[in-house]
Amino acid sequence: MSEVYVVTSGKGGVGKTTSTANLGAGLALLEKRVVLVDADIGLRNLDVVMGLENRIVFDIIDIIQGNCRLKQALIRDKRYPNLHLLPAAQTKDKDAVTPEQMKKLCDELREEFDYILIDCPAGIEQGFRNAIAGADKAIVVTTPEVSAVRDADRIIGLLEAAEIESPMLLLNRVRINMVKRGDMMALEDVTEILAIDVLGVVPDDEGIVISTNKGEPCVADSASFAGQAFRDICRRMTGENVPLMDLDPDKGFFAKFKNMFRK
Amino acid sequence: MQFLKNLFSKEPSSGSLAKDRLKLVLIHDRANCNTDLLEMMKNDIMQVIAKYMDIDEAVGMDINIEQTTDDNNNTVPVLYANIPIKNMRKKKKPKK
Repeated sequence: MSEVYVVTSGKGGVGKTTSTANLGAGLALLEKRVVLVDADIGLRNLDVVMGLENRIVFDIIDIIQGNCRLKQALIRDKRYPNLHLLPAAQTKDKDAVTPEQMKKLCDELREEFDYILIDCPAGIEQGFRNAIAGADKAIVVTTPEVSAVRDADRIIGLLEAAEIESPMLLLNRVRINMVKRGDMMALEDVTEILAIDVLGVVPDDEGIVISTNKGEPCVADSASFAGQAFRDICRRMTGENVPLMDLDPDKGFFAKFKNMFRK
Repeated sequence: MQFLKNLFSKEPSSGSLAKDRLKLVLIHDRANCNTDLLEMMKNDIMQVIAKYMDIDEAVGMDINIEQTTDDNNNTVPVLYANIPIKNMRKKKKPKK
């Protein structure tokens, strides 16, 4: 049975697009059939984060307006077993789509894919309404900052009003050293405030910038700390029970990895 | 060094400051989002009170969500309702 997820945040720049790219690639590595839909019309970016910007011929508006068939607009990412991207239009504005059209598009995609991940634009206007229209579930991305958490709270309220079943939290860019000395809100603080279930925590990692520079999601990099967090999240999305990773670099996964070389 | 500083200073860490500020701002945000809900609640409360007392309907009722601190010094939302009463005992309406 296929699931349509919207990846949303309210505030811009918290890592929606990067998360969408990594979750999509991670699910594809788990042998799932995945399509990523860039719903940020006018400001498309998922293509460039995925490294597929040179392969765009048609986009989401072309499909909706009937200029091409669905299969023609889907870009297959050859690095993964079954991962596709449906790019946003860059020249049109966000009013070129209606929620009904998005819903119809999602239903068509359900026939071909197990996971449909929609990268939502920032904000709470029409673009947001379109992006959530066809979704069953929502992933709310936020960082442990007052502005991002406040906007996440607003988004959770709007998702609930739109009757999208229990949104899940992805806490991004956690700097464990700052949390340890009390200068950054911890996961527990954020979940206490937002009162939603946790899907995962992703550490702040320079590797993300590097992998985005290259157009290669870090989820495929077995040595990446953030990549490990995204791999865990993907397994949770498939229903596996994976404990939250220990972000402390002195313990947990990364230290084990280092210790292997020390011996 | 930072650790020692935190240990000896009485100032709260910036993380807990952020959390407290957020809690406050969200009480406001959440209350503002629900003006419809507040209006519906107001009408229901009016109806209940009107069963027992005479409300001055010309003045109307004022209802709001504000903040206060509980026994443990945590900020909690409270519902304030200001209901002008004409008469403490309800005049019995003549039965039809």
